[in-house]
Amino acid sequence: MKLGFLVDLNLCMGCKGCEIACKVENEVPLSSWRLRVKYIDIGTFPDTSRSFTPLRCNHCENAPCERICPVSALHYLDNGIVNIDSSRCIGCAGCMMACPYGAIYMDPESNTADKCTYCAHRIEGGLMPACVVACPVEANIFGDIEDNTSHISRYITEHQGNVQVRKPEKHTDPKHYYVGGGNQTLNPLAHERIEGYGLFNNITHLDTLGDPHHSILDRFLTPIFGGHNDHLKNESFVDMPNDVEGHKEEGGHH
Amino acid sequence: MDHVSTIEATKAVVTLDVALPGIIWGWMITLNMWAKSIGTGVVLVGAYLLMKYKHEDMPNLRWMMPLLSFIALNVFLLFTLVDLHQPLRMVNIFLHPHWTSAITVGAWMASLFTGLITLMLAIAAANHFSDFQRHNGILKALRGKNDLYEKVFPFVVFLAFPVTMYTAIIMAQSSARELWAAPAEVIQMLLAAFMVGSASLLLIAEKWSKEVRRDLAFVLMFSVLFSFLMYMGEYFFSYKAAEVEATLAYIHSGGSYNVQFWTAMILGYIIPFFIAMGSIKEENRTMMKFAAVTTLIGLYLAKSTWLEIPQMIPLS
Repeated sequence: MKLGFLVDLNLCMGCKGCEIACKVENEVPLSSWRLRVKYIDIGTFPDTSRSFTPLRCNHCENAPCERICPVSALHYLDNGIVNIDSSRCIGCAGCMMACPYGAIYMDPESNTADKCTYCAHRIEGGLMPACVVACPVEANIFGDIEDNTSHISRYITEHQGNVQVRKPEKHTDPKHYYVGGGNQTLNPLAHERIEGYGLFNNITHLDTLGDPHHSILDRFLTPIFGGHNDHLKNESFVDMPNDVEGHKEEGGHH
Repeated sequence: MDHVSTIEATKAVVTLDVALPGIIWGWMITLNMWAKSIGTGVVLVGAYLLMKYKHEDMPNLRWMMPLLSFIALNVFLLFTLVDLHQPLRMVNIFLHPHWTSAITVGAWMASLFTGLITLMLAIAAANHFSDFQRHNGILKALRGKNDLYEKVFPFVVFLAFPVTMYTAIIMAQSSARELWAAPAEVIQMLLAAFMVGSASLLLIAEKWSKEVRRDLAFVLMFSVLFSFLMYMGEYFFSYKAAEVEATLAYIHSGGSYNVQFWTAMILGYIIPFFIAMGSIKEENRTMMKFAAVTTLIGLYLAKSTWLEIPQMIPLS
């Protein structure tokens, strides 16, 4: 058995239901994401189009994160899932440097690396991943790619020539496929990521990785000087200052 | 029409996304690499000097070499530990090692290397400071164990090579950062060790013979020259992969990293090269010490730039 994932980008409407379902199911903390849906606008007004790309761990058959992990916290399951054992992780961030898809994050609460596991705990119980269940248009297709009769295998066969993976040149052999994708949607270098307020939120970089006071020095100093989470920042649209001029006139609330 | 805000038809922009991580491996990893280069470099250059010259030409080298290495290696190990998000679990590398990881192999080799350097330092210190060993049982036992020092030393020199270079393999395993190409990084790590190894020894070479200092100037001159040429090659001609192009375009376009890179090249490579070349013809001890200090600063800045710039491009 080799579990795989396929997203039909022609069907995805960017509702972010999968994103929320993943957050809830896996209790993913603020500022961290196992699955995210990126909006990309293409063209010049009025000839513009918007595309939505759900991005998650690719569960590569030749996973660079598994190879670089010094303690085997990242490991393969028999069904092909690249799983993570947080209790063993030392937080070196080597996996974050190795993953070509930027799919791994440092959990600010546990200070360990974490990522999408295809909801391995649900699969063990015979359930589908939370994002698959939540998708209103069945754009997320999940199943055994070694079984020719499975939904995902048949979908891949039906869309031959239009099935892609991200960064195939890396030879990671991802088990996450896209139908209807293109260079603009799948190649991060093909679109600009302009820092500043975009559609609803501030497109920016994280100020810190994991808990900003994670270091061993902080652990010694915190009991003396206090202030463990004083500087945690999670800038998003909810953090926009309420006294912005015109905010109320535009329908904003205080 | 405001051209600045116009979206070109051929370009796409991200209009909604989450915040992405910025620098993942920052100054602590730079310091880690820099200190490791000193820790192994003084052993490599020191071994060359001990092989070539008599003890009288550099009377304190036998204990200063392991001392400098010991200090640098402990800085390296400290910041390796401090940079971990779960530092107390470092022990898992020894309890649950994963041998495909260069981090694991490197941690084991660096620990063994530090242990052997500590032993060499203890033997050398016990012999050099007779008062010291009188009050310490362990040092007393190590006094006169010169044969052990001599037996351990070749193995330490042999081990210094992989300990110097394994970080390049970690960078190669970091598949997401295409700028770090293994062959170039391996050689750069080795040259960095010879650069700061000779620079560090130049700072303590006041009472050594003139020939030894001249040799150190030679090592410094050639290592900075070859390292500089490699950086120039990488900086101007590494156009092979899309992500490398994007990374280099980012630094070529200016900004703080551009300034930092060229400051590093001037301080760490160009200045020491010309001073070392001049000092080979006619020795100037003060200028050589100045060159040693600029080499140490320049290498840190170069390492920092090369470590951080590939982390600035989005991966997804």
